[in-house]
Amino acid sequence: MLTDARLVAAKDLRIELRSRVTVSQVVPFAGLVLVLFGFALDANRPTLDLATSGLFWVTVLFVAIMAVQRSTAVETTDGARRALLLAGVEPGAVFIGKAVAVAVQLLTVEVVLVGGIVVFYGASIEEPFLLASTCLVATIGIAATGTLLGALVAGVRARETVLPILMLPVLAPVLLGATRAFDDALGSVAVNGWSWLAMLTGFTAINIALGVLAYGVLLEET
Amino acid sequence: MTKLMTDDTIIDRQRGTGSRTTFWLGVVGLVGAIALVFLGFFVAPPDDFQKDAVRMIFIHVPMAILTYVAFSLTAIGSVAWLWKRSIWWDTVAHGAAEVGVMFSGLTLFTGSIWGRITWGTYWDWGDVRLVTTLILFLIMVGYLAVRSFDGDEAVNATRAAVIGLIGAANMPVVNRSVTWWSSRRTLHQKSSLVNGKIEGLTLFTLMFALVVFSIIMLWMLIHRFRISWLERQVSEGDLSEALTARRAEARAGMDRETEENK
Amino acid sequence: MPRGSDVGPAVSTDSVPGVCVVRLNAVVALLGRFPALAGVDLDISAGEVVLVQGPNGAGKSSLLRLCAGLLRPESGRAEVFGLDLATARSAVRRRVGLLGHDTALYDELTVEENLNFWAAASRVDRSAAVPALDRLGVSHRLHDVVVSKLSAGQRRRVAIAAVVMRRPELWLLDEPHAGLDQSGRDLVDELVIDAAAAGATVIMASHELDRTLDLAGRTVVVAGGMVVADRVQSGEGGIHAH
Repeated sequence: MLTDARLVAAKDLRIELRSRVTVSQVVPFAGLVLVLFGFALDANRPTLDLATSGLFWVTVLFVAIMAVQRSTAVETTDGARRALLLAGVEPGAVFIGKAVAVAVQLLTVEVVLVGGIVVFYGASIEEPFLLASTCLVATIGIAATGTLLGALVAGVRARETVLPILMLPVLAPVLLGATRAFDDALGSVAVNGWSWLAMLTGFTAINIALGVLAYGVLLEET
Repeated sequence: MTKLMTDDTIIDRQRGTGSRTTFWLGVVGLVGAIALVFLGFFVAPPDDFQKDAVRMIFIHVPMAILTYVAFSLTAIGSVAWLWKRSIWWDTVAHGAAEVGVMFSGLTLFTGSIWGRITWGTYWDWGDVRLVTTLILFLIMVGYLAVRSFDGDEAVNATRAAVIGLIGAANMPVVNRSVTWWSSRRTLHQKSSLVNGKIEGLTLFTLMFALVVFSIIMLWMLIHRFRISWLERQVSEGDLSEALTARRAEARAGMDRETEENK
Repeated sequence: MPRGSDVGPAVSTDSVPGVCVVRLNAVVALLGRFPALAGVDLDISAGEVVLVQGPNGAGKSSLLRLCAGLLRPESGRAEVFGLDLATARSAVRRRVGLLGHDTALYDELTVEENLNFWAAASRVDRSAAVPALDRLGVSHRLHDVVVSKLSAGQRRRVAIAAVVMRRPELWLLDEPHAGLDQSGRDLVDELVIDAAAAGATVIMASHELDRTLDLAGRTVVVAGGMVVADRVQSGEGGIHAH
């Protein structure tokens, strides 16, 4: 199973690297959103300080929607889903592989975004370890949930609009949790970031389990 | 229960989805609702602090409780569909999701009116139960959106069931996160039912309201179930028609073959 | 090297001549609500080369997909390799090779990367990729070209190579000649002959009757989701009722 997952993840990442969408489109998009939020809040430092974590994660969610959409399209455009079934790859492995690939892309964007909030919003990183762990755990949770929902809308005509409708409410706890944990890591609001990280870990575990269980049913039937 | 809902003598295309059971349920629900209006407005006393605004409790609280009952049914039905391919449960899950979306919509609506009167604001982000209900509402709107995709119904049932499952599995996390998130600034009163501050006629009216709304919900669920059941019968009719048409096509093909090979 | 040894089935336990590879009995299968197959009866023995013929929308592709274990039989009894398609579809899938309308190749990956991926995914040795490409006449110069840059015909050849590489026991070819030039079509014909010689079973759907009639020992005519005629060709091209 892990071999298959690695195979799928490597394949997706290679496709992503080759198409250069992350580097040439997604990263500039994320940076732009960050700058626009700066304009919208009128470069008001105290407001920006309070809002930085939230803006960071809202941007990540936007990027996640785009990443999941591309990750799903890779399998649907030329009948690869069917070929995966014929090859006999474990659906759970396909799920894990694709989720890992999405997570890697998101983490890349997050590295740039962290640079962005330091430069544009003047954020200071008080607890780098908490910051990094939050990014890792929350991102895996987002990628897992998104990959499952992406398979759910595969082959549906209105999938571009439906995917965010399905993804965003389910990801609400991530937005709440990761934002609070970031508040702590950036020292902007006094909260216990570690307990939020524990909650995020729970979220991520639940959704990985759901994905491993349900991905096969969706691959099989849609 | 299965028999109650699908008995042939009950479901009859000419007579619609009503039966003796639903007729009496409807009557009891209607009379109960009228009695509730009377009890709620004239019998139950106004609150010391909230004055007449407290009467909102008779709608808001039952709606909120039944929202969770409905969505639990959807979650159970989703699992039963994925696991056992139970069409009966799938139909229940779908109906319960529709009723649940309506009830949660009403919970949010009455909650925000009540909030406006007592807290001076329509929406309070610090309110755990309201925010949790909002997220649940949004997930279930997604559930219904998936149900309405065109294409194979069984496939959509599976898609929707996965959402039902995701929603149910994530509910504890949603609730936990909202609780922590809002703990610094909640306006919502602690559950008044539990701490025993409500008593006498107000408590009685609230319980009465819960029973009345439960009956109304059951009435809706049964009707909704029967509508789905009839729809299914119609589409099965479509299928046997389609099969007949397809086989006629085959017969024409067969005639053509014998003609050519003479 | 004996004829067909490079395309024959990797495992040939069930491919003893005379053994039923496909056995369909009143099979109905739905695409959404549409009965694509409306009661198919069909027995195919190991080693047969069967041409499935019929007008557009007759159910040819659905029949192939059913045999590949991708379509669930709604009613009736369907077995491939003696495995029930209602319950054991995933066991069937590993043993068949399906060439559909899609090529199932990833645009951004090179020819070689694509085949390596599908080889690893299907538990086939990587070393099978290059001979399979050679077999389809895909020149080595194209191995490092991304698939999106290939012509439609080249792409089709790569897709066929991906099927060859799996060395399936049952070949399901949906319009295998479509989109290929003359030499490509000849290669497909050779492939079918060799696969059958090596003990594999071939079912192909095609409009190209002049080509495939000679290739196939048997023609099954499909219309309205049912088998409406079933003929065995004799050596001289004469037709007898089956």
